[in-house]
Amino acid sequence: MSEHSTYVPGTAVEKWLDDRLPVVRFAKEHLMDFPTPKNLNYWWTFGAILVMCLGVQIVTGIILAMHYVPNVALAFDSVEHIRRDISGGRVIQATHAVGASMFFVALYIHMFRGLFYGSYKAPREILWILGVVIFLLTTATAFMGYILPWGQMSFWGATVISNIFSAIPLVGDSIKQLVLGGFAVGNPTLNRFFSLHYLLPFIIAAVVALHIWALHVPGNNNPIGVDVKDSRDTVPFHPYYTMKDLFGMVLFMIPFAWFVFFAPDILGHPDNYIMANSQVTPSHIVPEWYLLPFYTILRAIDFNILFIDSKLGGVIAMGGAMACLLVVPWLDTSKVRSGVFRPMFRWFYGLFVINFIALMYLGAQEAAEPYTTLAKVCTAFYFLYFLVILPVLSRIETPKPLPTSISESVLGNKAHA
Amino acid sequence: MIGAGNMNMHKLIIAAAALVAGLAMAPVAQAAEAGPHPERQAWSFGGIFGTYDTNQLQRGFQVFREVCSSCHSAHLLAFRNLMDEGGPEFSEAQVRALALEYEVNDATADGGRRPAVPADRWPSPFASDQEARDANGGALPPDFSVLAKARGVKDPFPTWIFNYFTAYQEGGPDYIHALLNGYHEEVPEDAPHSSDGTPFQLPEGKHYNDYFPGHAIGMAPPLADGVVDYAEAENGTAVPETLEQYSTDVAAFMMWVAEPHLVSRKQTGFAVLIFLVLFAGLMYGTKRKIWAGIEH
Amino acid sequence: MHSYGETDLSTQAEHSSTNRRDFLYIATGAVGAVGAAAVVWPLINQLNPDASTLALASIQYNIAPIEEGQSVTITWRGLPVFVRHRTPKEIEEAKAVPMADLKDPETDEARTKPGHEQWLIMIANCTHLGCIPVGQSGDFDGWFCPCHGSHYDSAGRIRRGPAPKNLVVPPYEFLSDTLVQIG
Repeated sequence: MSEHSTYVPGTAVEKWLDDRLPVVRFAKEHLMDFPTPKNLNYWWTFGAILVMCLGVQIVTGIILAMHYVPNVALAFDSVEHIRRDISGGRVIQATHAVGASMFFVALYIHMFRGLFYGSYKAPREILWILGVVIFLLTTATAFMGYILPWGQMSFWGATVISNIFSAIPLVGDSIKQLVLGGFAVGNPTLNRFFSLHYLLPFIIAAVVALHIWALHVPGNNNPIGVDVKDSRDTVPFHPYYTMKDLFGMVLFMIPFAWFVFFAPDILGHPDNYIMANSQVTPSHIVPEWYLLPFYTILRAIDFNILFIDSKLGGVIAMGGAMACLLVVPWLDTSKVRSGVFRPMFRWFYGLFVINFIALMYLGAQEAAEPYTTLAKVCTAFYFLYFLVILPVLSRIETPKPLPTSISESVLGNKAHA
Repeated sequence: MIGAGNMNMHKLIIAAAALVAGLAMAPVAQAAEAGPHPERQAWSFGGIFGTYDTNQLQRGFQVFREVCSSCHSAHLLAFRNLMDEGGPEFSEAQVRALALEYEVNDATADGGRRPAVPADRWPSPFASDQEARDANGGALPPDFSVLAKARGVKDPFPTWIFNYFTAYQEGGPDYIHALLNGYHEEVPEDAPHSSDGTPFQLPEGKHYNDYFPGHAIGMAPPLADGVVDYAEAENGTAVPETLEQYSTDVAAFMMWVAEPHLVSRKQTGFAVLIFLVLFAGLMYGTKRKIWAGIEH
Repeated sequence: MHSYGETDLSTQAEHSSTNRRDFLYIATGAVGAVGAAAVVWPLINQLNPDASTLALASIQYNIAPIEEGQSVTITWRGLPVFVRHRTPKEIEEAKAVPMADLKDPETDEARTKPGHEQWLIMIANCTHLGCIPVGQSGDFDGWFCPCHGSHYDSAGRIRRGPAPKNLVVPPYEFLSDTLVQIG
């Protein structure tokens, strides 16, 4: 990966270091000189924003772990102790809790950007799959983190989700007991979730490193999806994109700070201010908003399919929904990457976004009509989009003519403006 | 700057928002036991500029101490909190004297009990949850520590979206205020019928409340006009000794118990937001300068 | 009057635009640095003792029940503290010691409060390596540390053994004859 290297060690010390461990050379190549398409729009800043989100969660999380007690008798009060007695604890705790939501806002935007601009297509399949892995790991981390305050939603969320394992035929109950460390959610569960919640972010960080590595092999996709032809199409990452990304981060921090300081609990649920009680279920269990689309798909299967009962069916559907993301590079075989030049795709993509938001909305509603029917319709469309619409569109759609290069497209835009 | 693809995304997002709006307007199956919607009160601590009213918190504390605390605990409230800035702001001498009126458990003290000091937490009226249930007809009086945040109001669409922009966080006190004013001596005519159509049956020992889920609440009406004597303010103005006033004051106090750092949190928030807006402006300027020579 | 040529003007314009740009960069960098510092400080400050710990930084203790010749050990800031009601004999012994005999010279008056000489209040950790000395033992009618054999006298001063300093007297004051505030 040294083809872009322009690094010349200035001093004898730098030369000495460069011969042994070329970190400076590596940083210069990948963080400064890396040729980046010059037409990236602001949707592309969410990668950097996500790195920031991960950093914020790790730093605030390490601090919270200094004061938190993973014990069913003490966990709830220890979180309140952080809010009440630790210097700045209210804000640090709120940053971590709101930060989880902001992380998913950025994550979904980043993924939907990739889905629209065809960033998953060759030669970026591995890059995309690593991204899906990060999404799944983040979901697991967030889910386990939500257990830790040991409120009613924590407890019942853990109970409901851990029952997913019991849907597995034959060994389901054994696996559930293995995961929980008991017959129901309890102290062993809380302890191991705390341990894993602390571990997983570092694994996520490692996968992020691979994700960026996989990005730096083919280089960035871009809004027109046309490959970089020559150096006129690119600018060095620094200072152009470092500055643009930093600006994006600061903008992103404004709504982040709004929630942290003015409405820290608005994204949570009041029931989580009631300590966990295994004898009383809250009247309406809702997962955190970012899990809702998949939760809706899980709930939508309320009927048996042949020999598969509804419970296992729901779990399979939810797993399938995530698996669709993994294989999308091979479902959408259109040679044109960017949705900008795909007149039919754009409409279906729009419907898909709306459908996804609808799935999210439906997950928060009670299991009653008309929501249950709508949930089935939206679930069906979700799968239809990946399994039928994308493959068929790839065959029948006539794309608009592509610009020959990024430079040409940029100049064309200027002419229109 | 904004490419064709970008425009397309904007349109899509607007379309998505419109569809969600449509979905949300769909007829909502009203749960049978849902009562009237608690009315929003004009809380001093509401909105992004709100701060606690020290006098109101002191009155609310008086109501809590003289009425509520005989059944409800508040085990995370320390006596010292009562002198914290942004709270009721009693003097240290007042708090120390107040603490001495209470006894707390201390394994190292003679007989296991000793007078409280400011560092101690508010002693619970019952030794255990079971004892509390036994003394209250089987119903557990909930702890007050975070109760104001553990209760909320479910707003219909689109109000809950506006709440994100108005930072409405006062559902808890609104509900508590409504609950304290929502008692009926007898089951009202318009009480919801049960699912099989029979009229509302109030179980023995329960009380009818408009706002309590299911309407049958174990707690007897705790407040009534005149039950707490408010001291006259220094300037001679008297605060009305009414149920309405008591319930507002105690709900405000409960919000403070649940969120004691609300005032300093918002103050920091203003500094942070002003900084971020300013910094974003500078960043934008810098970014523009750097990109000035590049066609993109 | 001298009129500038065209070249001069454009150089000047370039100059001022360079200055504006540099100013913008410096301003952005400076504001960013201030912001970073403002974020880092609370992240470090949270390590400090929290409000519930600070609330116990100063305690009040009623000494009335302690009879002459008795001591109690109480906890202050997580440390054991001796409160000793000394006998007149112990006080006399302590006052009679010549300064020259002391490893860490300090008068008995300096270790007690005027008018309350019978009360000796000290942090109960040996100044050698932190063990708790045993009361009313050792060769000087005071305390003896069993860990490494330090002897303290009836004013808690080190007399023999490896400890370098006298037992530490915490900050305290008498709020009344029977109520003492430590810390």
